[in-house]
Amino acid sequence: MNQPASAYFIEDRHDPNETHTLAVLVQNEPGVLARVIGLFSGRGYNIESLTVSETEAQKHLSRITIVTTGTPMVIEQIKHQLDRMIPVYRVVDMTQTRRSIERELAMVKVRGQGDHRVEALRLADAFRARVIDATTESFVFEITGNTDKINQFIDLMRPLGLVEVSRTGVAAIGRGPEGM
Amino acid sequence: MTDKSHDPNQMTGAAMIVRALIDHGVTDIFGYPGGAVLPIYDEIFQQSQVQHILVRHEQGAGHAAEGYARSTGKPGVALVTSGPGATNMVTPLTDALMDSIPLVCISGQVPTHLIGNDAFQECDTVGITRPCTKHNWLVRDVNDLAKVLHEAFYVATSGRPGPVLVDVPKDVQFATGTYHPPRKSDVHRSYAPRVKGDAMQIRKAVTLLANAKRPVIYSGGGVINSGPEATKLLRELVEVTGFPITSTLMGLGAYPASGKNWLGMLGMHGTYEANMTMHDCDVMLCVGARFDDRITGRVDAFSPGSKKIHIDIDPSSINKNIRVDVPIIGDCGNILGDILQVFKAEAKKPDIKAWWQQIAQWRARNSLYYRKSNEVILPQHAIQSLFEATRGRDTYITTEVGQHQMWAAQFYGFEEPHRWMTSGGLGTMGYGLPAAVGVQVAHPDSLVIDIAGDASVQMTMQEMSTAVQYELPIKIFILNNQYMGMVRQWQQLLHGNRLSHSYSEALPDFVKLAEAYGGVGFQVHKPADLDGAIQEMISVKRPVLFDCRVAALENCFPMIPSGKAHNEMLLPEQANDEATAKAFADGKALV
Repeated sequence: MNQPASAYFIEDRHDPNETHTLAVLVQNEPGVLARVIGLFSGRGYNIESLTVSETEAQKHLSRITIVTTGTPMVIEQIKHQLDRMIPVYRVVDMTQTRRSIERELAMVKVRGQGDHRVEALRLADAFRARVIDATTESFVFEITGNTDKINQFIDLMRPLGLVEVSRTGVAAIGRGPEGM
Repeated sequence: MTDKSHDPNQMTGAAMIVRALIDHGVTDIFGYPGGAVLPIYDEIFQQSQVQHILVRHEQGAGHAAEGYARSTGKPGVALVTSGPGATNMVTPLTDALMDSIPLVCISGQVPTHLIGNDAFQECDTVGITRPCTKHNWLVRDVNDLAKVLHEAFYVATSGRPGPVLVDVPKDVQFATGTYHPPRKSDVHRSYAPRVKGDAMQIRKAVTLLANAKRPVIYSGGGVINSGPEATKLLRELVEVTGFPITSTLMGLGAYPASGKNWLGMLGMHGTYEANMTMHDCDVMLCVGARFDDRITGRVDAFSPGSKKIHIDIDPSSINKNIRVDVPIIGDCGNILGDILQVFKAEAKKPDIKAWWQQIAQWRARNSLYYRKSNEVILPQHAIQSLFEATRGRDTYITTEVGQHQMWAAQFYGFEEPHRWMTSGGLGTMGYGLPAAVGVQVAHPDSLVIDIAGDASVQMTMQEMSTAVQYELPIKIFILNNQYMGMVRQWQQLLHGNRLSHSYSEALPDFVKLAEAYGGVGFQVHKPADLDGAIQEMISVKRPVLFDCRVAALENCFPMIPSGKAHNEMLLPEQANDEATAKAFADGKALV
């Protein structure tokens, strides 16, 4: 392997990337989201999706769900780096446990008339998407599901007059009676 | 309504800060006043328990606090104003984060109602310092201040130590609230660093150690951070097992350099025997080190045949650069104690005579060799002379960053921990002089020497004025080669000898400079004059700038060239131009 003239050891790493969904329970205090996001940008990690909301107001707990990609070594690093932050209670790798459900909500605006309009409505029905706004020339659909399902729905709407999409990002929870 | 006017715990935010410092046993702080911290300075003025050292630049306060912390094991404290005061602290905070130094920085902030208004001397201090602290806080309510200050000290000093910052707006400093002494509930429930190692893992480690044929112990700064007990246990482990031991730059002194199992420092400028032992070992015990890129060389060729045990208090250090077989998370001292106990109960000293014979052959290569001269002072010789002159004395060494730092690490023998203060992770030029100020404040009667380079030392030279003001007799021993030596060395090796801006065309007269500050200056050119001048320097009880003129073009060897493994070191006798060019040939192809 050729080395550029560098004071650092430059090398290629060929491990394949994996996609993982992490659930992070944090103390809801000023700056906590900035810490988490700063960690990802500062250390060059990827964020594919990020959702955050307070989940237990009395205990000041928020839950952050992050979908990230990286080599297995990088994913392990991300978990440890998150876990050692002072306001972080727990980090759970929802992908590793293989017992989790992931959902995303999207609102999809489609504009069209005639056959396109009928077709959009028929597909929406097949995907169990709801109409939450309608005009004579448009619909807004609300669809819930995993990321693949939503991507598929959006792809189908594209030729039928897709105008815009708003997505929440992924939320995840473990199956069974136990909490995280 | 109860009358709170006689409650001794009712006080202003500024008074709380001074009270908290006292409650945490702080006796010395380093700082620089400004608009947003004047209430705190007013409190400092009216008491005598906490001594304040006025620096000349906030960066100096930060490094002085680091030097203080590293030489005592106690947290260092810095006090700075808002805006530029805080931004000037960014370098020391980052330095302390990289080297795991407990540092508590208190910064003033503009009043809460002005935050976000681009007020005079306002900056987003917590935003700027978020990635360069272990944690930081902006205190908006005076009644939160005591809790935050106590938590700050706990976070800085517990687990993997590090810098913290508490940003206190000026109105919070003026406001009156309730103070309470430190208590357990002050700390986030989410923060609980693990101390005790897993018993199963410790057993696995002992089995590996007991059956090793070619073992090595690789220790780091974590052992020193863990405290005197860890150092004692590390030495005992070496004694009980008979294993060879090497150390990172940060870990020097945990095992004595005069110890018979000592291999010298490892890594890019480590000894041949240390690096070869690491490369060829079959069991590696890493204690409180983090497989940094200056240590490992080429990662995929790093110690290919060994089982690796890694003790670290920070889980994120495990498997970050190098995959290890037996990770043990917890405090070094605690885990070393457990390992020793199990080892002594169940294992016996493995026979590694053949391994020591192999190591003796590597040692015989004499990788720290250099050619002495009667005409010109070799920098290695200067360090050796300094070491000989200070051996057996109560001495603390700080350094700047560059060739002189590596030579100091190679040629100055450290016998005890907390005696060696150097910027390892961040590599901060300008660290050593203010760090020496901090060390001397903590140890007023000790000999404190900053081994410096002519380029580095000019980055924080202004702190000479601090040393003179507080009668701190620090010795700044400058290996003056008129170059940024390490930059030049890389340019020679990797950039076709094009010495772009690494030569200082104009250097100050360091003797006159010392005198201008009110200190003492020395200048030495000849090897014959060196020892006498060093003796004289030591006997002077004032701050000294010692201008030691050394061979200008000497380079630092041995060396692992970039992209090479531990067993591909470049030794000094091989480091002629042709061999050097060949060793770096891969690099040249892409220049």
